[in-house]
Amino acid sequence: MALRSLATRKTLTLGLNSTRLTQSRALQTFSLPDLPYDYGALEPAISGEIMQLHHQKHHQTYITNYNKALEQLHEAIQKGDFSTVAKLQSAIKFNGGGHINHSIFWQNIAPIREEGGEPPKGSLGWAIDTNFGSLESLIQKINAEGAALQGSGWVWLGLDKELKKLVIETTANQDPLVTKGAHLVPLLGIDVWEHAYYLQYKNVRPDYLKNIWKVINWKYANGVYEKESA
Amino acid sequence: MAAAMSMVTSSSFTFPSQGLRLPTRSHPCMKPQRRIMRKDASNVITATYELKPPPYPLNALEPHMSRETLEYHWGKHHRAYVENLNKQVGGTDLEGLSLEDVIIVSYNRGDILPAFNSAAQAWNHDFFWESMRPGGGGKPSGDLLDLIERDFGSFERFTEEFKSAAATQFGSGWAWLAYKANRLGLENAVNPWSSENDKKLVIVKSPNAVNPLVWDYFPLLTIDVWEHAYYLDFQNRRAEYISMFMEKLVSWEAVNDRLEKAKAQAAEREMEEERRKKEEEEWKPTNGDDDDEGLEMYVDSGDDSEAE
Repeated sequence: MALRSLATRKTLTLGLNSTRLTQSRALQTFSLPDLPYDYGALEPAISGEIMQLHHQKHHQTYITNYNKALEQLHEAIQKGDFSTVAKLQSAIKFNGGGHINHSIFWQNIAPIREEGGEPPKGSLGWAIDTNFGSLESLIQKINAEGAALQGSGWVWLGLDKELKKLVIETTANQDPLVTKGAHLVPLLGIDVWEHAYYLQYKNVRPDYLKNIWKVINWKYANGVYEKESA
Repeated sequence: MAAAMSMVTSSSFTFPSQGLRLPTRSHPCMKPQRRIMRKDASNVITATYELKPPPYPLNALEPHMSRETLEYHWGKHHRAYVENLNKQVGGTDLEGLSLEDVIIVSYNRGDILPAFNSAAQAWNHDFFWESMRPGGGGKPSGDLLDLIERDFGSFERFTEEFKSAAATQFGSGWAWLAYKANRLGLENAVNPWSSENDKKLVIVKSPNAVNPLVWDYFPLLTIDVWEHAYYLDFQNRRAEYISMFMEKLVSWEAVNDRLEKAKAQAAEREMEEERRKKEEEEWKPTNGDDDDEGLEMYVDSGDDSEAE
């Protein structure tokens, strides 16, 4: 999965934390993945200002705090300090979830000249028609769920591997999709935290949801779908 | 100190930690299974709740909180909560209730009903605007400062704790200073530890729309940490926003007024509880002669083989 490859590639090439790796094989640290496009490349759907803050500040903070929490967890486990282990769970879920979710998100969007916004072809396109009737119907449902979400969270298109069907789900805060079902695989996630759209769309979340489809990277979602439903 | 169960001003209700108790007044919450139904299908939207403006012009908190922020935060977000609330309440059993009652009823012990988010957010934002003033910040004084020093050690430690609560509320939500004047209501237990220290200041944080009214606390101060509250001025820098709020905006006058009201309400509630207990005492069967007659035991006269 994307997360594992991010960890090994980045930590080795950056050379930071190598001493930590030799001291303890169990402790892994994570770092911010590069975006495969410029910050401004998704305009006008998502402004460059938002993309830069979202990536360099918000996502980076989740990673920094995730690493910190993991380090504290590692120490606590070695010391047998269960109460600290228990106390750290919410920070791990929150920051680890933030890292996972945003890593997926950057791949869910792409500049128009790189086929962002192009409707899904292949088996995912077919599955969408089967499960929802049409792409328009899927988009309508996702947007309705996303707009109705109170507070912060994500709206997902997922694959239920067990039931072999597509589902729309929402998760609160940074809960990954798997918290809604162990067999759910995220194909497409849309961040509806206010930080994802506020500077550009202000309080009008529905406008953000309407416009983001212009840069959705269906190629990626299709790739995950085909791999996970094989 | 009185149990938390009866509230002088509004409806009785229960808390998850305190077990089930039937409310004593006729009120929508008296039938917990009843769903909030629309009385008629005419879709008449009666506006019962109004959007109050902040007690200062929208640019009055500059440069700390921009006019633009107030225009969106009050003019769009707060306004939308009030409008949605009216739509959700109109034509239902909630209509005509005070805003606080709508909050308590629709909180429904955590299994929230649709009107909760709108109602609580409408209330929270009123409370938030009134928690700030132009030229605010600084330190409280008098009783309030004494209580803060008693319950947190010092004003500096209070500030640290409050800022930390605000910074660590994951996702959307609020941080609060509240006056807690209730204890677990153990109906038949005699609590010998009643003392003034049971009425104390607490710092709590809450997610999304939840506020301390649902825990039967008296809110004194709040800071909104939904991203829309600070994003235009501070972007991701929530900690800076919180510091600015404490240093430049907090209205200790408002907090003080609320504390006085809270203390008065707590005292009133105590008196009410004492009165209620007295009434119950008067209705109990009298211990005394009657019982002695009934429980007379047959004793073998003279022959007490067990006695020394």
